[in-house]
Amino acid sequence: MNEFFQAVRDYDFMQRAVLTGLLASVSCGIVGSYVVARRITYIAGGIAHCVLGGIGAAYYLNHVHGVAWIAPLGGAIVSALLAAVVIGLVSLKGREREDTVIGALWAIGMATGVLLFYRSPGYTQDMMSYLLGNILMVRNSDLALILGLDVVVVTLGILFYNRFLAVCFDEEFARVRGVRVEFYYLLLLALTALTTVLLVTVVGIVLVIALLTLPAAVAGHFSRRLWQMMLLSILASSIFTTGGLALSYGPDLPSGATIVLLAGAVYLIVVVGAAIRRWARRRAEVPR
Amino acid sequence: MSADEKTSSPAIEISGLSFSYDAVPVLEQVELVVPAGDFVCMVGPNGGGKTTLLKLLAGLLRPTAGSVRVFGLDPFREKSAGIGYMPQRAYVDPEFPVDVTDVVTMGRLGRGGALGFYGREDREAAIQAMRQVGLYEVRRRHFAGLSGGQQQRAFLARALASRPRLLLLDEPTSNLDLLVEEDLFQLLADLNRETTIVMVSHDLGFVTRLVRRIVCVNRRVFVHPSSEITGEILSEVYGGEIRMIRHDHILNGREAG
Repeated sequence: MNEFFQAVRDYDFMQRAVLTGLLASVSCGIVGSYVVARRITYIAGGIAHCVLGGIGAAYYLNHVHGVAWIAPLGGAIVSALLAAVVIGLVSLKGREREDTVIGALWAIGMATGVLLFYRSPGYTQDMMSYLLGNILMVRNSDLALILGLDVVVVTLGILFYNRFLAVCFDEEFARVRGVRVEFYYLLLLALTALTTVLLVTVVGIVLVIALLTLPAAVAGHFSRRLWQMMLLSILASSIFTTGGLALSYGPDLPSGATIVLLAGAVYLIVVVGAAIRRWARRRAEVPR
Repeated sequence: MSADEKTSSPAIEISGLSFSYDAVPVLEQVELVVPAGDFVCMVGPNGGGKTTLLKLLAGLLRPTAGSVRVFGLDPFREKSAGIGYMPQRAYVDPEFPVDVTDVVTMGRLGRGGALGFYGREDREAAIQAMRQVGLYEVRRRHFAGLSGGQQQRAFLARALASRPRLLLLDEPTSNLDLLVEEDLFQLLADLNRETTIVMVSHDLGFVTRLVRRIVCVNRRVFVHPSSEITGEILSEVYGGEIRMIRHDHILNGREAG
């Protein structure tokens, strides 16, 4: 563990890694709480995986056609927002089965990405880093983008808190009160899309869902209200990202997977703890 | 609101209204005028269109034909703060992180500025509504931890929190125990002094003592003064499956019916 603190002191790539984790935790805590409370984890998963298509497209344009104006993370943002709008409209208006559409987009997005990476030089290494994340490779330009996304997500997530809460809790009633339900639902999915892009740098596409849901799920066990859940899950997520980074550094483990396993372990402990508490309470109530 | 205003424009005007779900007609050629200050109960068989009619009034559905006006406005297009709506059985996610106050305060949505932050007036209205339905003591409890009857009262408080001119209640008594039902009875009688009330109810004893007019909904709509309600009319509406039950609620200081 000492090695880790030394490394943070000495290397700026380590400082960037820790900072990336903390910045991502803020969006992750706010949006993750909405996602978990509204039970749209599967939608978030679909959006996250579509991101590979966008990254692949940008990467292909960069390396094969020499187009420089779009960075892979830019492609990620475009594809994530596109996926959010499509899934959102299907879920609001569509007559297709929603989960089928999400599954289809999920797979098509991934396949598009794989194909485009395959046609670009040096694809395997780079594609793997997007799939599994490499927080140690974050550059200053990435950090600026992450900070920008953070500002957007946090501002909107807090500004429209009451509307989002109402739409998530009882869509019909929100409509009676004149809230534009479709607009806020799509906006929430757009924020989810931006957050998944943020998280791709931290843990990679495959593991995004874990970081979006596990801190919020842990926090949900200790909160009665949504904003409490948000604050706690920002805290939990900060601990998971920094802790995972620290645990992985010494033995040279993949950081993304370590972060997710740490979050998963804590979640498991909380769930089992809650079950034991319920069981003990029931026993105490049974008359002897 | 003065007595003049109350009588001048009707709370509800429905003319030539039809509604169908996917070409299945639910309501046909509905004509209905409810003056401001009235207390109306909608009765009719399941699937007869009561809830649909209430949702049309709340602005949740758009008529297939004809028009709906609530205080002169089309509720589907212009959401007014004047409508308080309590659904029959809102789906409640048992793990959703809200407390009772959060839920009741949602009744204040759409009143504030563009961002929808709640101010002091909103908080006070929510507290008053929780007192009215007897939930003030549990206001900080997790919403899902309430009993079914308490949740229903919270939804009533949420409808009251906007201080509506028209209250739309879908089966408000379906989940309440008898004691609370008495309180609700008194509360609705008090509210009716300033508020027009339209409710759906199966509880005919409750209905005939409190309500001024009965609206029978079974694809078509027929209006009866509640004094005229007899077993004959009801069995006509329900197809002879119903018995009249009188609960004989005692109401102090107010002539029911």
